[in-house]
Amino acid sequence: MQKLIRSAVLFLLTCAGLAAAGAQELSGEDMRSLDGQVQEIKSDVLDIASELSNLEERLLYPSNTQIAVFVSMTEAEKFRLDSMQLEIDGELATHHIYSYQELQALQKGGVQRVFTGNVVTGGHELRVTMMGQLASGKDFTTSESFAFAKDVTPKALGITLTGPTGIQVGDW
Amino acid sequence: MLRPPLPAVGLLLIGSLTAGPIQSNELRDLYFGEALFYAQQGYFFEALERLDSEVKQHDAVDERQLDTLYSHIDDAEFSLGDFELRYRMHHRAGRAIRAVLEGAVDELVRNDAAYRLARIHFQKSQIADAMRALDRIDGKVPATIRDDIQFLRANIYLAQESPAAAIEVLEPLQGAATFGAFAAYNLGIAYLQNGQRQEALAQLERAGRHKADDAGELAIRDKANLVLGTLLMETEDYGQAVPFLDRVRLEGPFSNQALLSSGWASMSSDSYDRAIVPFSILAEREVTDQATQEALLALPYAYGKLNVHGRAAISYGTALDSFSAELTKLNSSIESIRDGRFLAALIREEIRKDSDWVIRLRALPETPETYYLMQLLASHDFQTGLQNYLDLADLRRKLLAWQASFDAFDEMVGIRRTHYEPLLPDIDTEFRELDSRMRLRMEQYKMLVQRRDHMLTTPRPEFLATREEQATLTRIQQLQAQVENPEDSFRAPFAERLRRLQGLLMFTLETEYHQRLTRFDHNLRKLDDAMAVVNAQYDQYVRTRQAATHSYVGYEQPVSRLRARVQQSLLRVERAMARQGHLLEVSAIEELVARRGRLESYVDKARFALADSYDRATQAQAKVAEQ
Repeated sequence: MQKLIRSAVLFLLTCAGLAAAGAQELSGEDMRSLDGQVQEIKSDVLDIASELSNLEERLLYPSNTQIAVFVSMTEAEKFRLDSMQLEIDGELATHHIYSYQELQALQKGGVQRVFTGNVVTGGHELRVTMMGQLASGKDFTTSESFAFAKDVTPKALGITLTGPTGIQVGDW
Repeated sequence: MLRPPLPAVGLLLIGSLTAGPIQSNELRDLYFGEALFYAQQGYFFEALERLDSEVKQHDAVDERQLDTLYSHIDDAEFSLGDFELRYRMHHRAGRAIRAVLEGAVDELVRNDAAYRLARIHFQKSQIADAMRALDRIDGKVPATIRDDIQFLRANIYLAQESPAAAIEVLEPLQGAATFGAFAAYNLGIAYLQNGQRQEALAQLERAGRHKADDAGELAIRDKANLVLGTLLMETEDYGQAVPFLDRVRLEGPFSNQALLSSGWASMSSDSYDRAIVPFSILAEREVTDQATQEALLALPYAYGKLNVHGRAAISYGTALDSFSAELTKLNSSIESIRDGRFLAALIREEIRKDSDWVIRLRALPETPETYYLMQLLASHDFQTGLQNYLDLADLRRKLLAWQASFDAFDEMVGIRRTHYEPLLPDIDTEFRELDSRMRLRMEQYKMLVQRRDHMLTTPRPEFLATREEQATLTRIQQLQAQVENPEDSFRAPFAERLRRLQGLLMFTLETEYHQRLTRFDHNLRKLDDAMAVVNAQYDQYVRTRQAATHSYVGYEQPVSRLRARVQQSLLRVERAMARQGHLLEVSAIEELVARRGRLESYVDKARFALADSYDRATQAQAKVAEQ
């Protein structure tokens, strides 16, 4: 019996203890062939997604009224952003609560499209309110208003957060 | 363990994401930034969709240097390759990186691309292609990937069964910060492949003592000790094997195998009492693990060898109970998989939300469909198949959502059409009238501007006469025509008076010419402003009118084309999902059936051994009683 069990142990060890050999051998070839097909499907669906985004943008946000607001952070952030609220001309445009992952992505240089909508051409006011927590653990809320002009081309506004009290807005 | 370690690869990829242009340069292209935002969160489909569109748009631009992506294009193309790789699209990833490699790029960038291409080929087991890609590296190499290139080169040599070449590359890598433990372990394996057993043992021992705090390095250190112990057991050096096996951490991924081996090494060197400890620890662990199941048999066997037959009989009884329970679980698992519940459990939303979904699978509730999941996931092909299945399920969800959105698009376009179509004909009629009046005024305005410009060089005082003055002048001219009649006897005095009157009028026009021209110019400039306002309103109207039409015209074709494409893709996804799901189920069932067979044989052995132990225990008791 010792021999039998030991041979089983040695078998396990030669497989380096990681591979479930049965499943691997039986379906490996088929799995690999399907893998190629799945890659093609992914490529096809990505093309559809791209075309659909363009169509959606044309239909929902025509260029003469389109406005998109993007958020980025400077690197040396020493605060935690919890949420952000945007108002355009006194009307709530969006309110976003940040997940840990989103915050990390912003801190690593990502740019978030926080709002896409429509406004008429002319002058407007954007009010940005951010809520969060300082490194000391104290909660804070900061609000600032900015004027911007919308012309007939799509408008892209960039909000850069430079600190708990630092909100910069500019044309991107 | 010839492949680059997964955590290390992950770090490299994350490194390549974070070490993008955004860290060193000011980000000028927000769509690239948006793609990075998604990629940093592990949403590679969304990242790819945005970045791919942006790169295509950049390629279509005439003056690329004016495009915001221009200063980031190399990084964007690299990132595209990286995202594709992370989204398991190796074919496209290879193409993207090859494009960088063949473009007119800096030496550092080209060498970086060559390395990435080699890595993709290696991951796809295209060993010769991987080496060819590495051979394209020439000249300056980015310092951050210098060790990575060498480590990959060594792995390729090992995969090509050229251990001597691998040794040459790996030796200088010993002590490298990034690959320290992995390089040490792989060097041991290379010695072994090269037939240098003593060097291999010495090297594995060094790898097994490597100082590490990273989870990946700790695991490879454990593996070095486990392999070393196994090699010594193969040559029946059981006593020497035990210390190495005991070095393996109790909480690491190789702990169960190490405990089992340690127990058997002690048994083989007749140190039965020493074998009890590792077997006992292992017997208490997760019973679905093969090593644990074997320990359940090995532990009473060791007790038997120590002549503690009563204890052995009890342990055999415990093993039998465990095996019976496991057989029931295995049967339920097989049944549950056959009923399709296994795949349904895997595509739960809470798992998909996490990028570390494999780890999250451990947290799934204990159900028949998930009992043996982690054991099944140990297979590379099973994992690839499962990842593909989950990706397909994700694509299916997206496609279904898009399919529903087409109805919303149709409805939106319909509402706009119903609103605008009755209004637009009247508006157009009114606009045409206004348009013709506007055009007339525009012509008049242009004529006045031309006249002013002309008068600046050629003075024409009569053009600046008031309406009354013009009427008077016309009347004078008419009267002059009459008095010039030769038959009229009274013409001379009248002609003289008319000449004086004309002279008076012309005097006023001539002397006031400059004042009048200035006033005329001033008024014309005021008209300029009014005309600019009119033109702006006209343009705005035209744009609004166009926007009204564009809001509902021209969508039928693209929507119906996309609807058909989505439908086709959905069918393809569902077919692939069915095939992939079936393969997963079949391979899972085959694995579980094999396990059941093994367990059934364990049950037979346990029953036989249990009876034997009882006999021996009874005999021992009888002997004691006789004495």
